[in-house]
Amino acid sequence: MKPYRPILLSVALLAIATASLSAGKWQSLKNDGLHDPSNPSIDVLQEPSEALGVLQPDPAGNKVDWVQSLELGYIEPRRGLRDEEAPEILDSTVLMKNTQELPYVLFPHKPHTQWMSCEACHESIFISQIDANPINMGRILDGEYCGLCHGAVSFPLTECNRCHNTDSAAISAGGAVGEEGSQ
Amino acid sequence: MKCRQRGALAAITFACLVPFVFAWAEYADVTINTRSELEGVAPVIFPHWFHRIRYQCSVCHVDLGIRMRAGTTGITMEKLIDGQYCGACHDGDTAWSADNCDLCHSGRPGLETGIKGGHETTGPGIY
Repeated sequence: MKPYRPILLSVALLAIATASLSAGKWQSLKNDGLHDPSNPSIDVLQEPSEALGVLQPDPAGNKVDWVQSLELGYIEPRRGLRDEEAPEILDSTVLMKNTQELPYVLFPHKPHTQWMSCEACHESIFISQIDANPINMGRILDGEYCGLCHGAVSFPLTECNRCHNTDSAAISAGGAVGEEGSQ
Repeated sequence: MKCRQRGALAAITFACLVPFVFAWAEYADVTINTRSELEGVAPVIFPHWFHRIRYQCSVCHVDLGIRMRAGTTGITMEKLIDGQYCGACHDGDTAWSADNCDLCHSGRPGLETGIKGGHETTGPGIY
């Protein structure tokens, strides 16, 4: 029995590795658990792997770094339905300090305004005033505030460090931020 | 020893089954079934990831008035054919027209309205 143990272990590890790799790829529409495989038109629809496989990779979400894909010109999503409107890019940040034991959140306007006009967030979701938005992780996990997009269509909420990205010591040492807010 | 062999075999079996048991929708697939099955057609699957490659968020969520909550906008085929919501593009000119039912109404029976799919997390998902 003993000589088989390393073989079994190797096979098990290989199988786990293969499964992990398979699980990391985009599912085909017929196997995604949502689409009806018997739909006569299913072959007309674009497969996620075809659309997303050529964009900038990301380990989370739908495995696309959408901000980088836009900035590097992999995609050029239209700003308007018919006419191209010049985007209004706002390159400022908002520092949120009321994060308990976690690092502060330094919210960058730039990548958000590259995707959205101001009206998408202001004033319906976020009031444009420091300390006016009672954001907390409970509400975000409930799909409010940042959670309207993050965890739904933008990078998921398991990516803590992408938002909780600023050490409080760095700020007290004189980090440059545009605006500050406790929430 | 036998116990360990069984354990290894169980691990192999589990590992091989993982991709099949945990098949998932693509992160940011939106399913809408508030009215579809009640009206006798299959649920709608809206691939958000497909559309954001072509249009920025504001086009749909500001200009066309599509709410950021699955199933809350009140989209109907009448409004769509009238050029509202999806109908702003799905007019047979910019994108396929509304008479290609199967292309949007492509979901399995019984799908719940929400945002599906995901790697790493299912996120809030229910919205």
